[in-house]
Amino acid sequence: MNLAVREGLLSFRRAPTLSALSVTTIAFSLFAFGLFGLVALNLRQALDQVGDRVEIRGFIAEGTAPEATSVALEDIQQFPEVAGVTLVTQAQALERARRELGEFEDVFEPGLLPASIEVRLREGARSPAAVKAVATRLAAYDFIDDIRYGEEWVAKLYRLRTIATAVGLALGLTFALVSMIIIGSTIRMAVLARAKEIQIMRLVGATDGFIRAPFLIEGFVKGVLGGLVALALTGATFLAIGRFVIQASFFGPLLALTGLAAGGALGVLASAVAVGRHLREVR
Amino acid sequence: MIRFTRVAKTYASGVPAIEDVTFHLTRGEFAFLTGPSGAGKSTVLKLSYVEERPSSGEVRLLGQSSVLLTPRKVPTLRRRLGIVFQDFRLLPDRTAAENVAFALEVTGASAATIAPKVLRVLDKVGLQAKADARPHELSGGEQQRVAIARALVNDPLLILADEPTGNLDERSTRGVFELLQQINAGGTTVLMATHDMQLVRSSGLRTLEMQRGRLVFDSGAGRAGTPAAVTEDVG
Repeated sequence: MNLAVREGLLSFRRAPTLSALSVTTIAFSLFAFGLFGLVALNLRQALDQVGDRVEIRGFIAEGTAPEATSVALEDIQQFPEVAGVTLVTQAQALERARRELGEFEDVFEPGLLPASIEVRLREGARSPAAVKAVATRLAAYDFIDDIRYGEEWVAKLYRLRTIATAVGLALGLTFALVSMIIIGSTIRMAVLARAKEIQIMRLVGATDGFIRAPFLIEGFVKGVLGGLVALALTGATFLAIGRFVIQASFFGPLLALTGLAAGGALGVLASAVAVGRHLREVR
Repeated sequence: MIRFTRVAKTYASGVPAIEDVTFHLTRGEFAFLTGPSGAGKSTVLKLSYVEERPSSGEVRLLGQSSVLLTPRKVPTLRRRLGIVFQDFRLLPDRTAAENVAFALEVTGASAATIAPKVLRVLDKVGLQAKADARPHELSGGEQQRVAIARALVNDPLLILADEPTGNLDERSTRGVFELLQQINAGGTTVLMATHDMQLVRSSGLRTLEMQRGRLVFDSGAGRAGTPAAVTEDVG
């Protein structure tokens, strides 16, 4: 294995131009993928933020006993879809209205606005059907007068999310596929450049596994180096966008590491395919 | 050591490269494989080092039959062979010593055992002083000696040489041939393809002559283990 590592790394010294070309190609295809990922990440976060605001409000009928509402509150909190429940008393409702709406500035009559129960839903339970189900259960309490949850708005948001996810997945897969094809061709060039060496290795009794090992290591190193360059390019682009266009989020360390690992895996996979194909062809 | 029994090989193009070739080389023999270009010499050698498989018939090599040999076993079999080519097939970016060491490295030999072995075989082929030279710094004859050293370093039982002197001048040819004879004197079997008839005649060694894919003459025919039938083909 020691020899395989040495041979894998020596290939960079033996064919510096071709190696640099491979790393650059990998870097740019991963960079394109990274930019796309950045857009997807930010879009998703924006949608999640909007999604956090999906809530159901149930207005409490006048004269409802506080015990009844507090029992109901505990009850509702136990619904699997529910992230949190808050009771907004009449006084709190007026207070909020005065803070948020200019027309209420001079209103001091506490009974003007109804008390309500505000239900926030968990992530994953914000589909129109889930929201409606919770709303229906809420409406079943006799002291609930009316329910509001912006039915149309929830449906639109949900559709937008679904479309964004589908488009993201399709584009992401396409980008990944294109990257793999490009990286595969680059590595294949590197393999073909060493066809003579491979032929000699076989003649002196090297096993296919032995021949393959240095190429896999080379592919891994190229993939990781390409990934590092791509990460740097994506980071630079992100900073430029942050300064001149819009504040956005960048990949967390885990996502960045995953990206690097994906680069390495892509390199290994592309190498394995290229060497395997070559070994079959010359057999 | 190596036995061909009614071997035929037809490549994908459909043209038969060799047909009905039968011969037997015993341990310690030195035989020439002669004939014009395209007669099938290289095919016989490729079948011998299992680069190709026979279309029909059987090749037995070091006790292994081509009929039963799985691809996984080919590398270990090749480690017991030494193969030498007309174009040397050295790696241009490695020194003579590294080229020789290469054949040991692929067998998984440890670094500690490789260095002394490499020096020993380079000494044997008379190139110890040029161990650190790269192929382009060596003459054709010297490059072929490096290739022979590489073939020797695994202590092969059989050396297969495909026109090893084809690119060499007369003096180098003589030197390479003498080296192969020395190796043969140590007990290694040698099968050498060549169309240098002068070399063949002056040596008085066993000669297998190919023409249009057939073995038409075997000066060793009728000896132990060599089918007499082959002599009937002599034209």
